[in-house]
Amino acid sequence: MLKAYYHLLLRDLRLALRNRHELANPLIFFVLVVTLFPLAVTPTPDALRAMAPGVIWVSALLAVLLSLDRLFKQDYDDGSLDQLMLSPNPLMILVLAKVSAHWLLTGLPLVIIAPLLGLFMSLPTEAVSVLIYSLLLGTPVLSLVGAIGVSLTVAVNRGGVLLSLIILPLYIPILIFGANAVDVASDGLPVTGQLLFLGAVLALALSLAPLATSVALRITAAR
Amino acid sequence: MSTEIMFEAQSLQCVRDDRLLFNDLSFAVAEAEVLQIEGPNGSGKTSLLRIICGLRQADAGQVLWHGESIASNREDYYANMVYIGHLPCIKGDLTVLENVRSLLDTRSLTLSNAEIEVALAKVGLATYDDVPGKALSSGQRRRILLAFIELSQAKMWILDEPLTALDVQGVALMESMILEHREAGGSVVFTTHHGMQLDCEMSSVRLGGKPGNQAAEE
Repeated sequence: MLKAYYHLLLRDLRLALRNRHELANPLIFFVLVVTLFPLAVTPTPDALRAMAPGVIWVSALLAVLLSLDRLFKQDYDDGSLDQLMLSPNPLMILVLAKVSAHWLLTGLPLVIIAPLLGLFMSLPTEAVSVLIYSLLLGTPVLSLVGAIGVSLTVAVNRGGVLLSLIILPLYIPILIFGANAVDVASDGLPVTGQLLFLGAVLALALSLAPLATSVALRITAAR
Repeated sequence: MSTEIMFEAQSLQCVRDDRLLFNDLSFAVAEAEVLQIEGPNGSGKTSLLRIICGLRQADAGQVLWHGESIASNREDYYANMVYIGHLPCIKGDLTVLENVRSLLDTRSLTLSNAEIEVALAKVGLATYDDVPGKALSSGQRRRILLAFIELSQAKMWILDEPLTALDVQGVALMESMILEHREAGGSVVFTTHHGMQLDCEMSSVRLGGKPGNQAAEE
């Protein structure tokens, strides 16, 4: 079972590394959107500091949302998804492997580049470290919950709008608590509550989302 | 040779877009049995194969593996069954060897490179190990799938139009593989519109023709 997880994770990573331009898309989107705000609104440090948490979190969320399509689309189109569903291994484990690969390829790069953007938006250093923690806890939830939506819409042609409608409401709590944690930290207040909430949501998503996704995939396959 | 029943379909019904494709369809597959699903385009052959794989839910009836419903017996059934559909399942960015390996990984089979190369040689892809999938013709992609079923160690093969895109040698290869598999006690359920000359006993299930035909018969 662990081997099945590991093999599929490795396969997805290998496929992504052979298709690097696709890999860079969410990251470039994230950086571009955040860097455009000072130009469009105002470059004064105080104003930037005030809007930084919201801008960075919204951009990260949209970057993940745009990359979700990649999660199952290719496997669905070439029939590999059928083979995964016919695996003697639990589908949940395979879903978890695919979601892990997705996070490593989109969420993690965002977390790594975010501190730079935080400094660019003149966030104080303690807020930058909270930004890293909040994204580290929040982005896996975005991938996990996103997978449920993708598995429901993968069979729909141009299901992008539908996907956003299904997924965005579920993303809102993550956005609120993630951005709020950074906001509060830049005022020098404690943020343990917000981070604990994000951690709890991550634990919940980790245990339930793969199950929901595998059920949704079986419904999709029964088209 | 024993003729134990491995697989049973009991009074299956399938409705698609308000059309009854088949109703009360029952058949069984014993060890070393080759079963052809016949019927014109749109008669529900692919739907039937997806139902017996458990990828699709039958609107009525059930599918049994060794006397147990496949929904409750999924792990054992899937460890002993391999399905090849219309779609190639081949990743253009992976090499031939990696493609076979990732297909085998879904079945938790770890084979050595040498074993995979033997199978690739058998299906006529001997020197193609390191060629990426996107550089292959569609017939060669189907041949990768032949190598996969050869290595899958499955007792039951479910093949949907296995001869698609194969050349004359490919068709002959598929036929000899089915015969070999039958010799070893395995069974095959397949559909095809091309002539398959199998030199063995073969049973068949015929699906209704025009829409509404079957409903009218009742």
